[in-house]
Amino acid sequence: MCSLALFPPPLPAGQSTLCESNNELLSGANSSDDRQDSSLLSLYFPRESLKLHSRTESSSKAAFLDHSETLWMRSAAAWRDGGFTGLLNEITTSHAEVPKWLSVTSGCILALLRWVSSFHGSLYPHVTLSSEDLIAEFSQVLNWPDCVVRAFAWHPHADKFAVALLDDSIKIYNPQSAISPTLKHRLQRNVAAVQWKPLCASGLAVACQNCLLVWNVDPCSLSTRPSSGCAQVLSHPGHSPVTSIAWSPSGSLLVSASPLDTAMMVWDVAVESCVPLQRVGGGGVTFLSWSPAGSHILASTPSALFRVWETRMWTCERWPCVKGRCQSGCWSPDGSRLLFAVQGEMVIYALTFSGSPGVPTSMAKGPQTAVVVADLSETTFNSPDGDIIVGGEIQSLSWDPRGERLAVLLKGDPQAANRPAIIAVFKTRANPIFELLPCGFVQGEPGAEPRLMQFHPHFQHGALLTVCWSSGKITHIPFYFLSSGVSHVGLSGSPPKLQPQERPADFANQSLFTELLS
Amino acid sequence: MFSPNTSSWFISKVIWWRAAASIAWSVLLLLPTTAVFITLSKFSFLHPIQTISECLSLLMSASSVFSFILLSGVVIMVGFLILEYFTVIPTIACSKIALLGQLLHPRQVISSLAHCLMGMVVGWCCAVTVGQRYETLGYPGKSSDGQPQMYLNEYHLVFLLAGAFVGFSHSLLGVIHNMNYVCFQTVQQYKYLHFKGSLPLVLKCSTIQAFYSVRNFIIVYFFLGYIPKTWICKTLNLHLDSSVHPLDSISGLVDLSLLYHLWINASFLLFTWYITLLLFRIFVTEVYSFPVQSTFTDDSHLCLPKVLADKQPMISKFLALQDLSLLSKHSPLRRSEVFSLSQPGGHPHNWNTVSKECLALLADLTQRLVAYHETVATNGRAKSLSSGSERKSSSETSVTSGTEDLMSPRPTFLMRTPASVFTRSVAGGPHSPLTAPFTPDLDSPFASPVLRRLTAQVDQCSPWHGSVQSPHIMRRVPKLWSTSTESQVSSSSPPSPASVPSPKQEPAKPSFLGQFLQNRKEQLPEASSQALFADSQAHIWALEALSYLVQASFTEDQFGVVQTTLPSILSSMLHLQEAVDRHFKLPHASSKPLRSTNSMEEFTYKTLRFALRATLKTAIYRITTTFGNHLNAVQMSAEHRKRLQQFLEFKE
Repeated sequence: MCSLALFPPPLPAGQSTLCESNNELLSGANSSDDRQDSSLLSLYFPRESLKLHSRTESSSKAAFLDHSETLWMRSAAAWRDGGFTGLLNEITTSHAEVPKWLSVTSGCILALLRWVSSFHGSLYPHVTLSSEDLIAEFSQVLNWPDCVVRAFAWHPHADKFAVALLDDSIKIYNPQSAISPTLKHRLQRNVAAVQWKPLCASGLAVACQNCLLVWNVDPCSLSTRPSSGCAQVLSHPGHSPVTSIAWSPSGSLLVSASPLDTAMMVWDVAVESCVPLQRVGGGGVTFLSWSPAGSHILASTPSALFRVWETRMWTCERWPCVKGRCQSGCWSPDGSRLLFAVQGEMVIYALTFSGSPGVPTSMAKGPQTAVVVADLSETTFNSPDGDIIVGGEIQSLSWDPRGERLAVLLKGDPQAANRPAIIAVFKTRANPIFELLPCGFVQGEPGAEPRLMQFHPHFQHGALLTVCWSSGKITHIPFYFLSSGVSHVGLSGSPPKLQPQERPADFANQSLFTELLS
Repeated sequence: MFSPNTSSWFISKVIWWRAAASIAWSVLLLLPTTAVFITLSKFSFLHPIQTISECLSLLMSASSVFSFILLSGVVIMVGFLILEYFTVIPTIACSKIALLGQLLHPRQVISSLAHCLMGMVVGWCCAVTVGQRYETLGYPGKSSDGQPQMYLNEYHLVFLLAGAFVGFSHSLLGVIHNMNYVCFQTVQQYKYLHFKGSLPLVLKCSTIQAFYSVRNFIIVYFFLGYIPKTWICKTLNLHLDSSVHPLDSISGLVDLSLLYHLWINASFLLFTWYITLLLFRIFVTEVYSFPVQSTFTDDSHLCLPKVLADKQPMISKFLALQDLSLLSKHSPLRRSEVFSLSQPGGHPHNWNTVSKECLALLADLTQRLVAYHETVATNGRAKSLSSGSERKSSSETSVTSGTEDLMSPRPTFLMRTPASVFTRSVAGGPHSPLTAPFTPDLDSPFASPVLRRLTAQVDQCSPWHGSVQSPHIMRRVPKLWSTSTESQVSSSSPPSPASVPSPKQEPAKPSFLGQFLQNRKEQLPEASSQALFADSQAHIWALEALSYLVQASFTEDQFGVVQTTLPSILSSMLHLQEAVDRHFKLPHASSKPLRSTNSMEEFTYKTLRFALRATLKTAIYRITTTFGNHLNAVQMSAEHRKRLQQFLEFKE
């Protein structure tokens, strides 16, 4: 079992990680090539450049609602906005205009409802949270409400990516074109996740606060502001906020999850229909991850329980955890191994699924217990600047498409200066036995903490980790290595479309990302 | 065209058993449903314990056992009607008059009457079970002059009529909303879980539908209630009691207890029927695993390629396609059988049959789309192909009726005739005059002139064939969708250019009635587009199966059998892509699916074209991402190569 004590110490202050080459992480000083680096390789979204919503929904409502409406109109509006409880609330508050018995009755019913829901709330504490708090709690992004870049997604085949920003807009960057379309929609608020549709050039699913949007952005279009008519709106009563989405690798189905809905929705996006898959227990679904082979889905719940769905007949296995909920998980490229992290524990667990996708599930015996593969408990590194404590709980996990590098985003402690959030990268090996080996820590500029990370789906020379930092920067850290086994992605993944020049020595001039983007 | 043993084995061995199982389950489920119904209808807030004991004693009583047997009979009958009438290709009425024609079709009238009757039986059972004032049709009393007389119990009559009305409206709505259409699920689930998931929806639908039906019934009874009342009184020699309020008055109908009982009654009726329908759909659409090849030649007709190649019955073809699509996705073992060579000879018979069938399906759709586009293009707006309006599914009921007319010079898509109940009885013979107005007779008033024009166009080798295939070749392609076509023999229009009526050649001086009919015949553009893609579930499966098999062949095909067909697969997919693109550019083809409401009617057929478009694109991408630049070595036309390059660069 691997532990953080085996890792090389974190970089001294002023240094940031550039790439991995010859089996070691190279770093560079920020001061010298800072300007050039940021302009060539990466994007920078300064917080000040975004026009933020200054008011929330409730405050604007108070400003615009005409209070001289009749009781009847207000009740109808309350029914439309808040449903039954909203109606009761309206009747109870306007007790001057309604008969006394009605306001008293509705007050009693309201109290009874609240009492019942408080029971529900004590069983599942998360149901009392507001939508934004729910997204912040269950998002894979560290400190989601404060993030400039709220979601990020590489296209699975083409070299382009989508970035969801704090001002609820989504930008699409393509190194081959000068146009970066900006997607805005009335319903696109509080984006929790974005994901491109596999086997499609243009489909982008967006998990929003109240619904799911699927954008269809024509890659040949010259428009910088595609109209909201390009977006399909998928919504289902009670299914909000959507905190996680996952496309099937075959591109036909989309699953979505909401912490307030016990059902997981399986969408047929083309016809906008959905099949709710409901199971008792858990109180909702928070995080979804579809295995790259397409045979399983990890679905975690807000309580100490997660499920692994099998996608042929849509049955599930229940996996109760001891301590907390499953915070994050990722699949090996062949879909046979699942790594996951549990809230409150500082270890990475692994589950092995022996069944290949073709074998019926009755024959494929699932694993019995999860094994601990890495220990990430806090470790102190001595450095000239003072001790740095690394380790702790895990925010998210990400495995590169070849299955050779595993990036782990550690939460750290925002209060303590010497316990930063950090990305620990492991080398992974599947043969002869599965093991994790230390690779190193990925660090950015001083003061910038990693918030979100994703591996490039088809990087030629190894793996490419894209990290979004708290400062609003997006950087790409390549890991150059030769694949140990036969490439897993060679067959199912996309063939190379554009051939980057072979210049492994010149890291700063990776031709893939040399376009001036921002 | 097809030997009886190959086509009927499936009906007798699979479909019948599935239907029987679904009906058996619905009868079993009737017991708890009835118990809940009795509890609800007898419930009183003031005496809850008394209610429960009453209900228990009622459930044990002989009369309720008898009612239960009757209700089971009704459910079995409903199940048989569903089995008889179900279809996997929806019948879409392209105009209002076509819908009227569907409703008045003798086959449909029979079904409506049967539903009406069964509704009445259920109404009687409910009246007897609820008891109290509803129990009997007549009650003894004394007339004003002291004579003992039987009086009519109007409450009982209302129950019977309400049952009949709800049954009848259920049947009518079934036609309008295509409730007999059985759609296949995109998400495969086990039967129990599927049923459990759909149960709340069924409950919601039945209560809401019951509410509307009861409302309509009350309106009808208010105005026309005196007719059955006086008729019953006359025939049964009953008298009207003048001391009680007549129910066809406002004061009589505003009776909350009566309304509640009517509503519960209607909900119970609809719920049991919907459950039967739901179970039937779940059981029939369950995946059936066909063997890909068998070791014994006796069983060869049970194999997947053989069933795929069969035209009849439709349901087996659909299930075979579904199985093919699933095996291509999920099971490497069965895929290897598809790619295998025949033992003596070394021919890839399995792959050849499978790919040929799938390609024929795609070519058929392409040809249909091109023809449609041609017709629409001539007059701008959608005064279009109405073959869909008359298109009846070829359900398995017509198996025995068909003598295929091989020489019929029709495009395949026009060869859909209603599998009429009457043509079955006179198998092979000329169709009876009764059914004549409802068959897609080109001279019938229900066929639009465009249809005739289209037929003529196809027959005279119109220029579009260049982009697809020569019609001569197409005629030799097995007619995949055809059923019995004897009704068309009589109605072939002369294939001469002179017979092409232009849209301007409508009656110059239309009478009022003619105008009215013309308006009703006006195509609903949305519907004509739906009708065009009515059977697209098959095409979706064919596309999925082909693309997954081609993808798998990259690693699994040891003998290179797929390579030989790869060019034709690619070109037919690109052809279809072109045709679909053109179709969606038509002004009336909406680019987004309508939001489906939650109800028992199947909305899937309305959105099939969107599903097809998405599947097609994904299928092409699946092939291009698998083969990548190897595809440059595949022979194809320059135009297609250009299109394919777009796919390779992810620019579609």
